[in-house]
Amino acid sequence: MSTIRVLVGTKKGAFILTADGTRKNWTVNGPLFGGWEMYHLKASPLDPNRIYASQTSGWFGQIIQRSDDGGKTWNPPGTKPEDLMGPDGMPKGVSNQFLYEGETGTHLFYDGTQKPWAFKRIWHIEPSHTDPDTAYAGAEDAAIFKTTDGGKTWKELPGLRAAKGHLWQPGAGGMGLHTILLDPTNPNRIYIAISAAGAFRTDDGGKTWKPINRGLKSQYELPDPDAEVGHCVHRIAHHPSRPDVLFMQKHWNVLRTDNAGDQWTQVSGNLPSDFGFPIDVHAHEPETIYVVPITSDSLHYPPDGKLRVYRSKTGGNEWEPLTKGLPQKDCYVNVLRDAMATDSLDECGIYFGTTGGQVYCSPDGGDTWTAIADHLPGVLSVEVQTLK
Amino acid sequence: MIRVVLPFHLRNLARVEGEVQLEVPAPVTVAALLDTLEARFPVLRGTIRDHGTLKRRPFIRFFACKEDLSLDPADTPLPEAVVNGTEPFLVVGAMAGG
Repeated sequence: MSTIRVLVGTKKGAFILTADGTRKNWTVNGPLFGGWEMYHLKASPLDPNRIYASQTSGWFGQIIQRSDDGGKTWNPPGTKPEDLMGPDGMPKGVSNQFLYEGETGTHLFYDGTQKPWAFKRIWHIEPSHTDPDTAYAGAEDAAIFKTTDGGKTWKELPGLRAAKGHLWQPGAGGMGLHTILLDPTNPNRIYIAISAAGAFRTDDGGKTWKPINRGLKSQYELPDPDAEVGHCVHRIAHHPSRPDVLFMQKHWNVLRTDNAGDQWTQVSGNLPSDFGFPIDVHAHEPETIYVVPITSDSLHYPPDGKLRVYRSKTGGNEWEPLTKGLPQKDCYVNVLRDAMATDSLDECGIYFGTTGGQVYCSPDGGDTWTAIADHLPGVLSVEVQTLK
Repeated sequence: MIRVVLPFHLRNLARVEGEVQLEVPAPVTVAALLDTLEARFPVLRGTIRDHGTLKRRPFIRFFACKEDLSLDPADTPLPEAVVNGTEPFLVVGAMAGG
């Protein structure tokens, strides 16, 4: 029997939820790192016991945590006493050192001035498909960092900020790099997305990047609705079998591209609102996608107080509401961009967490839902592991 | 021996309970104290002062002898009562307000 492990990052700690493949009875373990904002936890696809976590605080800054035993014990890489005897010598304590490469440079600020990049936190960690010691981290202020030593040290891939970084400017939620998609068929191709800057792609392993925002329209957010950068991309997702097909939840609009981002097409179709944050793809059906419509950019809660996931089995345009088991009145939570994930059991499970602290699971591809945790702190991120 | 009191979250990170006692080489300043603290607990690097600039993080305060030493230059000698261990040096997470 398979085991499902759900890694939940919240505003006040991390939680690990486990169940067997029936996904009926759940055990909640946590809080881990109680009191800290846990932006994201994600495991290596090669070594499921290796989990990276981003732990942050307005007071104490950034910490990177790593578990090598499936979340039972944790250490900031390169700081534990065993490192004293290891081949690396004295622990350096730099797993939380995220320094911008070269001249720091500037980006556009609210008041029209240029402001130097300043590191605030890691929003997202994406472990490599090919090496458990390699992972990528998305930062605020927006930049991408890479580790090749299991998180002990991180180096920026500065070519990203050369992609018109001086024109990026933070939105109200901060200028965070929140999405990192690795192409499983091409290790040199990486997609990233940044709030209020847009989507970008590298085809040379991160040396150079280009904006991939053609087709995005931001008529109420940007003076030039077709600008090359500046679009507020909330999330992108793809299916590993078709890595060139990307789905995007933008500030407003749901879009897809079939050519790796060279051209996007709107697929909002009959959604009650095409504003939202997460988007995800069914584990076995590359054209089945999920979003959670939110009323508007001014009203960050579901339309009509009804929490509905919308599913399209046609890659967009035609959407159906999924409501069974979800609150259909007086519900005013939000679902944040990194708070939706899928398992890979035969009947694909869909999971999402809310700002109200609920984590929902659908063991049948979205047809029915159950709250598997009810009263956690506001959920920032959800990732799922399917353990054989 | 210098006594250092860390806030709850940094005690957890460093895996210590109660006060930390440090032998700090003279002259004993905030910078020398933090250098010694971080050498003993590498996990604290970047949590009290920034990695690159070594500037105090905005919401960290340094108290001792009922004085706020946060704005003193980092090379200012610490009070004798801290140096001789009569009084602790407090690393404090500033009030969040609200």
